[in-house]
Amino acid sequence: MSEATPAIEASGLVKTYPGGVRALDGLSFEVEAGTVFGMLGPNGAGKSTTVKILTTLSRPDEGQARVGGFDILRQPDRVRRTIGVVGQRSGVDKEATGRENLRLQGQLFGMGRRDLERRASELLERFGLTEAADRIVRTYSGGMQRRLDIALGLIHGPRILFLDEPTTGLDPEVRTGMWEEIRRLASEEGITILLTTHYLEEADRLTRRLVIVDRGRIVAEGEPEQLKGELRGDAISIELQDPESNGRVTHALGRLGEVRDVSVDGRSLRARADDGARAVPIVLQTLEASGVRVASVTVARPSLDDVYLRYTGRTFSQAEQQTPEGDRNEKKEAR
Amino acid sequence: MTAALRQTWYMTVRHLRALFRQPAWVALTLIQPIIWILLYGQLFKRIVQIPGFGAGSYIDFLTPGIVVMTVLFSGGWAGMGLIWDLDNGVIDRFLVTPVSRGALIGGRLVQLGLVAVIQAAILVSLGLALGARYPELLGLVVLVACSVLLGAAFASLSTGLAAVVRKEETVIAAVNFVILPLTFLSSVFMAQNLVPGWIRSVARFNPVNWAVVAGREALTATPNWGIVLARAGYLLVFATVCAWLATRAFRAYQRSV
Repeated sequence: MSEATPAIEASGLVKTYPGGVRALDGLSFEVEAGTVFGMLGPNGAGKSTTVKILTTLSRPDEGQARVGGFDILRQPDRVRRTIGVVGQRSGVDKEATGRENLRLQGQLFGMGRRDLERRASELLERFGLTEAADRIVRTYSGGMQRRLDIALGLIHGPRILFLDEPTTGLDPEVRTGMWEEIRRLASEEGITILLTTHYLEEADRLTRRLVIVDRGRIVAEGEPEQLKGELRGDAISIELQDPESNGRVTHALGRLGEVRDVSVDGRSLRARADDGARAVPIVLQTLEASGVRVASVTVARPSLDDVYLRYTGRTFSQAEQQTPEGDRNEKKEAR
Repeated sequence: MTAALRQTWYMTVRHLRALFRQPAWVALTLIQPIIWILLYGQLFKRIVQIPGFGAGSYIDFLTPGIVVMTVLFSGGWAGMGLIWDLDNGVIDRFLVTPVSRGALIGGRLVQLGLVAVIQAAILVSLGLALGARYPELLGLVVLVACSVLLGAAFASLSTGLAAVVRKEETVIAAVNFVILPLTFLSSVFMAQNLVPGWIRSVARFNPVNWAVVAGREALTATPNWGIVLARAGYLLVFATVCAWLATRAFRAYQRSV
């Protein structure tokens, strides 16, 4: 495989689940080898479905994909030997010990005994599980189980690693540790990583390039900085004392030259400005003149949340709450 | 092929280990059939005196039936293990490795077979201690083989059902509503020529009865091998069909992922 060949190429992926839920609606992207690629989106956006298809667990209704140069439909076995997968749910066998889990996983890849024992010990050491190695996994903490999950995904030395929401449900401290580990995998071992997440911060910190997925489609693609840069300008968020719905705020601010992209949702008002510090006093003045009382104001450099709002018309937290149909399995897994 | 066999063995080891880590469960699955033998053996002791029953002692008659029944129930419960594995994401993890799909079901069946041999050995020993007499060791081998075929068939059905419905309650209901009646509609407890005609008719098509008849016939002093081989043949066909259904159900699961 030459340098130029992408580690993952997906084109036109469509997946509809029984009941007519369209989880993927023509998804295409490429992942450059040796980089961390992010898929950012709320629950039900189709991230897990994409991972399931690319890892040969599920088949697309339409479209095709190559992973590590192999066709996911025609060469599933080659794909499986090339990739490591850490699912959204833990896949550890809770009735076995950590070491037994690793041993079986390696055996399924046909690893030789000596090679496997060495690799298992190495991974246990690396993920801080050496002392717990011979304990039944049921006694592990959530963070320990998650680390074992990742170790399982790495046992056979894959070139491409899929991490489906690797830090969901972990407490912040454990999450930071996990980020360190993911970064190390990519930088020191040159593993290509496809990471899905619904944490904006996670995508921002870890990924070289990312796509924002909404309702089975890619709505934005690029490097985190580039996506934020495209917004040109600072984000102004204002908390109002009373909910606004009659449009007079947007009407009043819409006539100002200093701000654009004004949106109001209940008590929260968002707008964008080339120079936030200069725009704020004018905005406040205008609001006061229209009889709208302001509780607080913040000005921030653009975040991925703003990018999300810009491309989907919803804030990330709104999308999270809605998740109406979404991906059946993702919903199921959220149980 | 050798890789698939090796993987089946790895899966078997996994299931055996999980089983023996629950000694309470092992004890329970053994105590129940032991109670059947002791209780029914006493309760119906004099049933053999009914003219035409056709056996010298009831414990002789009952022991092979209980062996079949025990393995049958182990098979019926096999789907529960699959549901736990599905719920814990273990199956999905295996499916994205190069493991042979057959090994995922095969490992469960081999484990069932090995456990069946142990169960049969314990039950037959108990029967012998209570006075049962069997002339040939070969007969016992046939009994265990037929029980394992029957158990594998029902384990396949149970696993297939589990893959499709993915609910413990459904598997429990199926075991109770299918397996128990099938046991009573066979000659596990009662000689066939003494039961009502309709039960006899049903029993002719009942796989549980095939296993009991074949096993019991093989244990007589002068077995009619024609009867034994015919029933064993039916069982083999039945088990093959069930295994095929299980793989179909497994594919249906994969399509639904």
